[in-house]
Amino acid sequence: MSVLTVRDLHVTYPPGVRAVRGISLEVGAGEVLGVVGESGSGKTALALAVLGLSPSGADVRGSVRLRGRELVGRSDAEMSLLRGRDIAMVFQDPLSALTPVHTVGDQIAETIRVHAGATRRAARTRAVELLDLVGIPDAPRRARAYPHEFSGGMRRRVMIAMAIANDPVALVADEPTGGLDVTVQAQILDVLRVAREATGAAVLLITHDLGVVAGVADRVMVMYAGRAVETAPVDQIYHRPRMPYTIGLLRSLPRADGTVRPVPIDGAPPSASAPPAGCAFAPRCPVALARCGDTVPEPAPVGPGGHRAACFNIEATADLDAVFPHRPAARRPEAPARHRRPVVLQVEDLVRHYRQRRGGPVHAVDGVTFDVRAGETLGLAGESGCGKTTVLMEILRLARPQRGRITVFGEDTAALAAADRKRLRRDLQVVFQDPFSSLDPRMRVADILAEPLSAHGMPGPKIQLRVRELLGVVGLQEEHACRYPRGLSGGEAQRVGIARALALEPRLLLLDEPVAALDASVQAGVLELLDELRARLGLSYLFVAHDLAVLRHVADRVAIMYHGRLMEIGAASAVYQRPAHPYTRALLDAVPLPDPLRERKRRRIPLQGDPPDPFAPPAGCRFRPRCPRYTALRNDALRRRCETSDPALHVLDPSVDRQVACHHAEGAK
Amino acid sequence: MSGNGARGRGPQGGGHTRGDGMSDAGPLDLPSPRALAARRVLGNARAVTGLVLLGLLFLLAFAGPLVSPWGHDEIDFTAFRRPPSPEHWFGTTGSGRDVFALTVRGMQKSLLIGLCVAVLSTGLAAVVGAVAGYLGGWVDRLLMWGVDLLLVLPWFLVVAVLSPALGGRWPLLIPLLAAFMWMVTARMVRGMTLSLRHREYVLAARFLGVSTPRIIARHILPNLASLLIVDASLGVSVAIIAESALSYFGYGVRPPDTSLGTLIADGSGTALAYPWLFGFAGGLLVLIVVAVNLTGDGLRDVLDPAAPQHPRPRPRPRTPRRYGGRT
Ligand SMILES: Nc1ncnc2c1ncn2[C@@H]1O[C@H](COP(=O)(O)OP(=O)(O)O)[C@@H](O)[C@H]1O
Ligand code: SF4
Ligand code: SF4
Ligand SMILES: [Mg+2]
Repeated sequence: MSVLTVRDLHVTYPPGVRAVRGISLEVGAGEVLGVVGESGSGKTALALAVLGLSPSGADVRGSVRLRGRELVGRSDAEMSLLRGRDIAMVFQDPLSALTPVHTVGDQIAETIRVHAGATRRAARTRAVELLDLVGIPDAPRRARAYPHEFSGGMRRRVMIAMAIANDPVALVADEPTGGLDVTVQAQILDVLRVAREATGAAVLLITHDLGVVAGVADRVMVMYAGRAVETAPVDQIYHRPRMPYTIGLLRSLPRADGTVRPVPIDGAPPSASAPPAGCAFAPRCPVALARCGDTVPEPAPVGPGGHRAACFNIEATADLDAVFPHRPAARRPEAPARHRRPVVLQVEDLVRHYRQRRGGPVHAVDGVTFDVRAGETLGLAGESGCGKTTVLMEILRLARPQRGRITVFGEDTAALAAADRKRLRRDLQVVFQDPFSSLDPRMRVADILAEPLSAHGMPGPKIQLRVRELLGVVGLQEEHACRYPRGLSGGEAQRVGIARALALEPRLLLLDEPVAALDASVQAGVLELLDELRARLGLSYLFVAHDLAVLRHVADRVAIMYHGRLMEIGAASAVYQRPAHPYTRALLDAVPLPDPLRERKRRRIPLQGDPPDPFAPPAGCRFRPRCPRYTALRNDALRRRCETSDPALHVLDPSVDRQVACHHAEGAK
Repeated sequence: MSGNGARGRGPQGGGHTRGDGMSDAGPLDLPSPRALAARRVLGNARAVTGLVLLGLLFLLAFAGPLVSPWGHDEIDFTAFRRPPSPEHWFGTTGSGRDVFALTVRGMQKSLLIGLCVAVLSTGLAAVVGAVAGYLGGWVDRLLMWGVDLLLVLPWFLVVAVLSPALGGRWPLLIPLLAAFMWMVTARMVRGMTLSLRHREYVLAARFLGVSTPRIIARHILPNLASLLIVDASLGVSVAIIAESALSYFGYGVRPPDTSLGTLIADGSGTALAYPWLFGFAGGLLVLIVVAVNLTGDGLRDVLDPAAPQHPRPRPRPRTPRRYGGRT
């Protein structure tokens, strides 16, 4: 018996934005339906319509039934009675869902009292029980805290507690782990599992991340341009996908095990205001037929377990490799051994503390040492707030650091004159995370690309030629030159950011999460471009990312950062296969695998707690409060070393390129 | 779909290399930003209306004296306080002066003073505020100290004291008024610059080696355009009124010369009995303000980056990032 049934749902936002174009789905009690799609595919519009929360002016047609009762067309008053009791929601942004002026305990108790009519005391007791259930430590005390006193991960837990307070029959979670670190994401997914078991609710789990869905969902629905293009049991989707878009999406995912190179889907999704007449995927589909452009394919059964796909050319997708074939990696010229190549960037014991108006200083970077040699990519990874971006900004300032030394192409930044600094800037460039905020909204692409050139005194006519050339280098067309950033898609905007960084023909590129804001299918394209450029232009990269799966495919060496310090650094393949530091191991454990079978079998040691506040680190090892290896130590003498002495990076084995900051590192042979 | 189909298939698809024979294709054919802006101003109804209106007002102010049968300092002893007539188009004052001649003469002063003071003070505010906010440190402290000092100075007294030195050279009023009108705006500009200077596109420009004056001119000030335009439009009316207050006490434009503010102040006491003494000057002042505001609104539309050609909703970044902090 399905609890939540959606039939032929259409949502249109003014002016004529067709966000959802005919979606049907069913979710049974205790079942999790994962809804996956790229940004703009209409996932949020679907969630809002199901909850009766569509913005005013939106036109919602079709049917949404909750245990047989029709929800579409109900008044706001009726819907708010249902919401919170029979159907509940978890959103991406918990701060907007929690009232800042009440304690979280009161807010949860309030929903219980409103909907279940419990007494004040009973409601409070239940609120504390719920907070305990979702894993808030010391729940009776924390119930009296205000939302802003919780970290991002803890706030999500509070939201989930609130959502399940009245034993809803259906739960809608829109990007419940969006914007969280993998370690915290793993915790929240565990809480969602607990919540489902505690309530037996039907769960609609909406996300852009196929890795998230693999371990949690029973069935998966893939959305594209407002339509469901494929629906199947979770194993089917990952192992026998039939619709070309699903196949492309899976192929474009970077994997932390590094087995297959991600393959991008070329092109971009269609605009929601003018959806194409036929199959919306046709312009990007490698196996499109002639009639795909005219007729919309309807979902049809293609396999066991209610596996349905909307595609005319199912025959062509029997062999997955044929649809999106693997592309070979860019061939890099034979490089001499690492120790023979020149050092392009050297950072020694770099320190950056920010003074605060109140409280102690923020230890953003607290003694970091590494080097980058010509032609290689060093990946810098770690949870958000650990100081990765600060390291980049300190290098880019090309000034004397608070402590330590930065040497760029053999020149000490502390000793640079203004003219030297400007000259060095030609060799050292940066690409930022958010492609839109790094492009001036008031300048056209051509002017953005021309700016560094004219700043370094290139004459006007040559600038025009170089701009045209740069557009070509990053795979953009000339028509993009006169657009404003607003008129670009995310992938295009990031290509402009890369082109600008390449304008002065740098030798070293610092990349700050260059693909984190992009959808997987577009992300793979940008990664491929970066790989290509490095090989062709002989660049070196310092590549910052929080996503270890992405780094696996680009980095030759990786450095793992925690609380302003490096925990481990070494050759990428070795670090991924045999992490020596417990933190590296925990990070790798938390990366979701886009493979339901292996995801279920995985033996995890989930990392507890949140990323630390960047204030003064604890005595001894700074990772100790969260360290599973320390917790497992039985010998007092060994424990005392962790408690009293701050481990420095040290070489484990002289024959291996690996340094670890842990007293009890695992052998890294 | 807006031309998405033709997007590049990554570098392999195109086989681009540096200078691989693309150079013979000639430079990009782009309209210059200035031509583009001019075209868009002319395409904006409000900007065009405002500009045309302003043009007509200037025409009236400067061509009016040429066609008027009376000069502003002539007195008609046969007509005291007469309503409009074919002889005196806007009527006469109690001392027999022609109101039309006075009004167009006053308009010359007021238009020049209003526009020049507004542009000057907003420009000063923009430069001082942006430099202070962008550079920070001791430059910031010094400039803001100056701002605070000027804010507490009683401007009216200062102008009154300096007034004899002007010796009737009214154009000197322009820098004098401007000098006391820019401080509050400068503080606002500084505040907004503080948040702009950590924007990634500003950081990117800095790391590309773009010089500080150029960053302020190309990245900071254009992104404050809305604020500056609103400020300048308001400044026009404020300056005209400030000038009339000064003139009322005899410190500004001196008789027999006159300004719109002076005429309004003189006529307002008897506005009901002799409406022509007040109405024409008042109406023209309103028209000036309307024209300026229309032009300002139009310019704001034109400069708004949200307006240009390719509106497409942009994806929200998943993890918003802030760079910098204190440097
Ligand atoms: N309030 C709104 N008004 C107009 N268009 C909207 C509104 N909200 C979303 N859209 C558009 O609807 C489409 C689907 O959006 P959304 O459901 O947020 O996608 P997703 O959740 O997959 O990112 C997009 O083109 C988006 O720009
Ligand atoms: S219907 Fe045609 S265009 Fe659409 S996915 Fe199938 S083969 Fe490709
Ligand atoms: S030194 Fe101790 S606390 Fe630190 S990471 Fe190693 S085992 Fe854990
Ligand atoms: Mg969304």
